[in-house]
Amino acid sequence: MVAVELNVNGREAHLQLDPRTTLLDTLREHLHLTGTKKGCDHGQCGACTVIVEGRRINSCLTLAVMHQGDKVTTIEGLGTPERLHPMQRAFVTHDGYQCGYCTPGQICSAVAVLEEIEAGIPSHATDDLEKVAFSDAEVRERMSGNICRCAAYPNIIAAIRDVAGEDKA
Amino acid sequence: MKFDSPATSNPIDRGRVVGIPQDRIDGPAKVTGTAPYAYERHDAAPSAVYGWIVGSAIAKGRIKAIDSQAAQAAPGVLGIVTHQNAGPLDKGNMNTAHLLGGPQIEHFEQAVALVIADTLENARDAARLLRIDYAPEKGRFDLAAEMGSAVAPETGFGGPADTRAGDFDAAFARAPVRIDQRYTTPDQSHAMLEPHATTAAWNGDQLTLWTSNQMVSWSAGDLAKTLRIPKENVRLVSPYIGGGFGAKLFLRADALLAALGARTVGRPVKVAIARPQVPNNTTHRPATIQRVRIGANRNGVIDAIAHDVWSGDLPGGGPETAAQQTRLLYRGDHRLTTHRLATLDLPEGNAMRAPGEAVGLLALEVAMDELAEACNVDPVELRIRNDVQHDPEVGPSRPFSSRKFVECLRQGADRFGWSRRHPKPGQVREGRWLVGMGVASAFRNNLVARSGARIGVDGKGHVTVETDMTDIGTGSYTIIAQTAAEMLGVPLAAVTVRLGDSRFPASSGSGGQWGANSSTSGVYAAAWALRGKLAEKAGFAPDQAVFEDGMIRQGNQSKPIGSLAGREGLWAEDQIEFGDLAKRYAQATFGAHFCEVGVDIDTAEVRVRRMGGAFAAGRILNPKSARSQVIGAMTMGVGAALMEELSVDTRFGFFVNHDMAEYLVPVHADIPEQDVLFLDELDDKSSPMKAKGVGELGICGAGAAVANAIYNATGIRLRDYPLTIDKLLERGEGSALA
Ligand code: FES
Ligand code: FES
Repeated sequence: MVAVELNVNGREAHLQLDPRTTLLDTLREHLHLTGTKKGCDHGQCGACTVIVEGRRINSCLTLAVMHQGDKVTTIEGLGTPERLHPMQRAFVTHDGYQCGYCTPGQICSAVAVLEEIEAGIPSHATDDLEKVAFSDAEVRERMSGNICRCAAYPNIIAAIRDVAGEDKA
Repeated sequence: MKFDSPATSNPIDRGRVVGIPQDRIDGPAKVTGTAPYAYERHDAAPSAVYGWIVGSAIAKGRIKAIDSQAAQAAPGVLGIVTHQNAGPLDKGNMNTAHLLGGPQIEHFEQAVALVIADTLENARDAARLLRIDYAPEKGRFDLAAEMGSAVAPETGFGGPADTRAGDFDAAFARAPVRIDQRYTTPDQSHAMLEPHATTAAWNGDQLTLWTSNQMVSWSAGDLAKTLRIPKENVRLVSPYIGGGFGAKLFLRADALLAALGARTVGRPVKVAIARPQVPNNTTHRPATIQRVRIGANRNGVIDAIAHDVWSGDLPGGGPETAAQQTRLLYRGDHRLTTHRLATLDLPEGNAMRAPGEAVGLLALEVAMDELAEACNVDPVELRIRNDVQHDPEVGPSRPFSSRKFVECLRQGADRFGWSRRHPKPGQVREGRWLVGMGVASAFRNNLVARSGARIGVDGKGHVTVETDMTDIGTGSYTIIAQTAAEMLGVPLAAVTVRLGDSRFPASSGSGGQWGANSSTSGVYAAAWALRGKLAEKAGFAPDQAVFEDGMIRQGNQSKPIGSLAGREGLWAEDQIEFGDLAKRYAQATFGAHFCEVGVDIDTAEVRVRRMGGAFAAGRILNPKSARSQVIGAMTMGVGAALMEELSVDTRFGFFVNHDMAEYLVPVHADIPEQDVLFLDELDDKSSPMKAKGVGELGICGAGAAVANAIYNATGIRLRDYPLTIDKLLERGEGSALA
C-alpha cells in the first residue's frame, strides 16, 4: 500500500492504495466517483477521460501513484444536475448522447479541447500552425479518441460548436 | 387491452407532448455522471467484492484438470468458482452455449472460472495463477469450408428457412436482364461502450442483480432456470444500460458468475466482462455468404428474384436471416429465398442491430445498383419501378399497413441533390478525390410484443410510471413520460418514469426495434385504465372525459386529478396485447439512404462526405431522440461498409481482433453531417400509438449506399465487406484510381 494524495474536484483526497490501482479505479472504486466510465481499460475508447492539471488524459492508462498532489477534474467536478456546466447543458440540448456511457468522457474531452484550441495547440487537422482556430474539422479530429458507439457524433459536434459560440444556427 | 382492430382517433392524436421534439428526461443524470450503471452500485451493494472471469484458452475440447492452489493462496482471494464447485446448472432458454463452461468447452473464451478477491487488482492478478489443463479437439471455424454441410434451420424469429412463389428458375432463365452475384459479410461485434457488467447480492434465497440487460423478464427467467431456483426469487435491476445493440438481450456470463460468486463468498460480488474478452465470450453478428439473383425486363422491372444465405453457429444456434427483406421489398412474381446454417465452433452468433436486414441489404442493395447499371436506369427510379403495395409472396390479400417507400426515395433524393450524380462511374474528380454518390433502400420489419405497465397519480397530480422496459440509449424514459403526459393531460415535468426492474410489470423490453412502439402502447393501456378510475371518482363518463392541464373535464365541469387521487394516490395496471393485424397486414418500416464519398486517387482511402436519408416509420414519438437513433444506426452502417470485421483465426477458432483498438468502429473524424427526414405517417394497424419501430431502420441499407457511392466514385465494384483500402487497390488497375 502506498499513500496517495490527490486533489479531486477541489477536494483533498488522502488514500492508501495498492500501487497497481489506476487513476480510473481510484476514482470509481475508492472515491465512488463513478461518473468516469470504464469502456475498455486499455486506452482505446476515451470513456475514462478526466482533466489532470489542465490536460485531458485517459485515466485507465495511468496509475494513481503517478499523480501525487495532482489536480483532477472529473465530470462530477464540472456540474451537477441542478447546476449544469454549459457543456453538459449543450449535450442535453443537442442530444449529444444516447446510452450515456461515453458521455462523461466526451464532455471532459470537449471542455479540454476548447481550451487546447484557445491555447493555440495544433492538431493533425490544423492547416496553419500559426493560427489554430475552431472548426468542425479541428473538433472532429481532436475528439476522435472518444468513441461513441451510439454514434451521437454530429450532435456532439453541434453541442461543442454551441458552447464555443460558433453556432451557425 | 387487446389491440386487434385498427386504431381510431385517440388522445395521443392531440400531439401536445407526443411527437414534439423533447430533451431526454434522463439527460441531466447522464451528462453529470450521476446515472448509476451496473458496476457502480456502491449505493445498493456497498460491501461488494470483485470477480474476474477466466475464459477458455481453447475453442473446443475438455478441461482435464484445474489447479487452483496458487490462485487460492494469492493475496486477497476470497473464493474461486468453476464447474467443479458451482453445483448443477441448467442453461437459459435464450443461450446457445453454457455460460460457465467445463468440463466440456464449447467456444474460445467461454467462461471457465471466476476468481473473487477483495480488490480488482488482486482478483485480476490471481486469475492469472489459475492453471487449467485442456484436451483440445478439432473444431469447424471456416464458414466457406462448411457451406456444403449447411442445412435448413428450423423456423425461428425470422420465419421459415425458405420461401417460394411462382417458378423462380424458369422466370430467371428467360429474363432479358440477369444479375447473379455473390456477396460476403464478416462477423461483427456490437462493441457497445459499456461491457457487460453485474453486481449480485443474496439475501437468504433471494437474489438481486444490478445488471446491464435489454430484456429484464427474459433474463430474470433465464437466470432462475440456470440456477434452478424459482423466478420469483430473482430480482433484476437494469435502469441504465451503456449500449446493447443486441449484445445484452440475453443473460450472459457476468450475471451468472456474479450470482454464483456472491453465493460462494457470502457477500455481494461484482463482475464486468473485460473488454478484450467481450467479442469471444459474448455474442456477435454471424458472417454471411449470400447469393442474389435478379431477373428483370430491359426497363428494370423485376420478374424473378432469389436470395440464398449461408451462415454458421454453434450446435443448437440459429441462422442470420439475411434474406428477410427480399421477401417483402420488391415486386416480382417468381421468388425464392433460402437460409442454410452450418455448424461452427466459433463463439455464439446472435442478434446484432437489425439482424437479417442489416447484412441482407448490404447484398441486395448492391445487386440493385448492378441491375440499375445493367438496365441503364437511374438507381432511384429503378427502386420506384419495383415498388409493391402488398406482400409480394402472398399477393394483394395481404397489403402493407402503410408503405411510403416511393415518397422516401423521391423526397430523400431531392434533399440530397441526387440529380447532380454523374451516372457513369469514375467521372467526378475534386483535387485528389474521386467523388461518387450512392443510394440504397432502407427496410426493416415492424415487430410488436406484449408490454405491461402500471401508472399512478398522487395527491399533487404527479404521475409515476413503472415498467420493466429498458432504455439502452433509445430514449425510452422520455417517450414513456410523453405518453403518460399526453394521456393524463399533465406536463412532461409532472411525470416520473421508473424502468428496468423485474418487480415492475413485464414489458416488451428493448430489441428488434419493437421497444418504443410496444412499451408506449403498454403505458397507453395502463393510462386508459387509470383514466377510467379517475373518471369514475369524478362521476364522469370515461369515454367523454377530457384530460388536460392536470384536470379531468366533462362539459363545463372539471376536477384536478390530484385531488381525485387523494393522499394515497390512485394506480392502475394493464398491458397491451396484439391480435392478428400483423398477420393480416404486412408491417414494415421504410426509407432511402443517400451517401457521397470521396476516394483518394492514390491511397484509395474512403471518406464519407455526406449522408442523408428519408424514413417512414409511423408516428415519430420524439423526433429528437428518433433522429439520434437513425444517425447512430447510419454510422454503424458506415462501420459495416468500411471497417468492421472480426477476423477469424481458422486454426484455433477465435476472433483475433477482440478489443476496441483492433475492432475498428467509426470515430468522430469519420462522420460528417447527417441529414434525416421523417415522413409524416400514422400507422393505425401497428398500435394505438400509430407508431412503428425506428431504432434499427437507420442501419438497414446505409452500408450499401456507401458501397454504391464507392462504385460511382471509382468504378470498382467490391462485394466482400468491409470495403477496405487493400481490396480497392488490388482492383485499381484500369479503374479511375491512379
Ligand atoms: S476506459 Fe480508458 S480509454 Fe477506454
Ligand atoms: S452515448 Fe452510447 S456510446 Fe456514446
